[in-house]
Amino acid sequence: MIPQNFEYSAPTSLKEALALIAKGDAKVLAGGMSLIPLMKLRLAAPEHVVDLSRIADLKSVHEDGKGEFPGGALHLGALATHFEIESSALVRSKCPLLAEVASNIGDVQVRNVGTIGGSTAHADPAADYPAGLMALEAKVHLTTAKGERTLPIDQFIVDALSTALKPNELVREIIVPVETRGTGFSYQKLAQPASGFAVVGVAARVRKSAGKVTFVRVGVTGLAGKAFRATRVEKLLEGTSGSAADIQKAAAQAAEGVDANTDLHASADYRRQMTKVFTARALTQALSRAD
Amino acid sequence: MTRKITLKINGKSYSHEVEPRLLLIHYLREVVGFTGPHIGCETSICGACTVELDGKAVKSCTMFAVQADGRNVTTIEGLATDGRLHPMQEAFWNEHALQCGFCTPGMIMTSKELLERSPHPTDDEIRHGLEGNLCRCTGYQHIVNAVRAAAAKAGA
Repeated sequence: MIPQNFEYSAPTSLKEALALIAKGDAKVLAGGMSLIPLMKLRLAAPEHVVDLSRIADLKSVHEDGKGEFPGGALHLGALATHFEIESSALVRSKCPLLAEVASNIGDVQVRNVGTIGGSTAHADPAADYPAGLMALEAKVHLTTAKGERTLPIDQFIVDALSTALKPNELVREIIVPVETRGTGFSYQKLAQPASGFAVVGVAARVRKSAGKVTFVRVGVTGLAGKAFRATRVEKLLEGTSGSAADIQKAAAQAAEGVDANTDLHASADYRRQMTKVFTARALTQALSRAD
Repeated sequence: MTRKITLKINGKSYSHEVEPRLLLIHYLREVVGFTGPHIGCETSICGACTVELDGKAVKSCTMFAVQADGRNVTTIEGLATDGRLHPMQEAFWNEHALQCGFCTPGMIMTSKELLERSPHPTDDEIRHGLEGNLCRCTGYQHIVNAVRAAAAKAGA
């Protein structure tokens, strides 16, 4: 379990980091919870590792009144750890779904070190964040030495372990909306018992008004190569009263038309079935929390 | 291709030339000689290698020694002071929270952080907090008892 040797840089500024990765063949190290296991197994053997952990600029978690979302946005620096996100008073009050998702990742030692930027850039198809980020319609702010761009999460994640990130580009921050008052939320997952990764994981946000469900967002991870928004479920539930029967009817569509994964933990059929079950659970809890 | 690192371990400063690929657990055990943190699964699952880095529990098998440059590491060896066990060590002893003892250093490091963050945890919170530490002697109930006892003693 000893990685291949590599050159190591630990820049202290974003500018320095961008110059280092612009040279090519560098792999970026954030918390290392995904990269280091890959390097130990020699599934990854980068020549050069650029450790971002000493760049203070990438750790900020703050609110921005305007900008990316009409109701305001939370900007999560790429190096914000899962523990920082689950325990941040700001995130818990302004975007509680994200805090709930973060608290479900791995175990405490992993959450103390792993980062939202690293996890998002790694794009593991069984990671927890993508379900929440899809349901939140989050954005990913990317930067190079020459310029910046912002992509919706759905365009940023391309497929399993594959993103729109260019070799000379870094994830600078993840941007999520400040939640509208009264929005109910839930993240429910079937965890693989040893690793804690999601066999399937479902994040839901809902709003109600005058006895009707007015807004539904559902993000699903673990089922397919890429996390996705279950838009059929959303459309079916919106406009209903949100009864148990309405939830079951909508959740039954959660895995429709999806090319489901099979691996040693679960067959495609089992994953599809569990996606329906966990979608119903997430919607039920989210509706119970909405007011 | 080595790099000089300087860090504090259990309050004392150490400096070594290391290869960037050297994992923190190997540095602690083989270079410096702190063999309290154990190598169990080597795959970030079992938590036997847990140490504190700047006050946070981390798995030292999933971290390079160079990442700890300039930081503070605490291992199980650093908990007792003046020959007196740390309250969590004492609680593990009193409650028989170990059989073979292999997982114990990691369990104690994670439990210590758990109580620092949440001084009065429920049993569910204790179990959730220790998800990253595996015991293969089926000793979880006594471990939960020990953490609860340490919390009660600290609150008394």
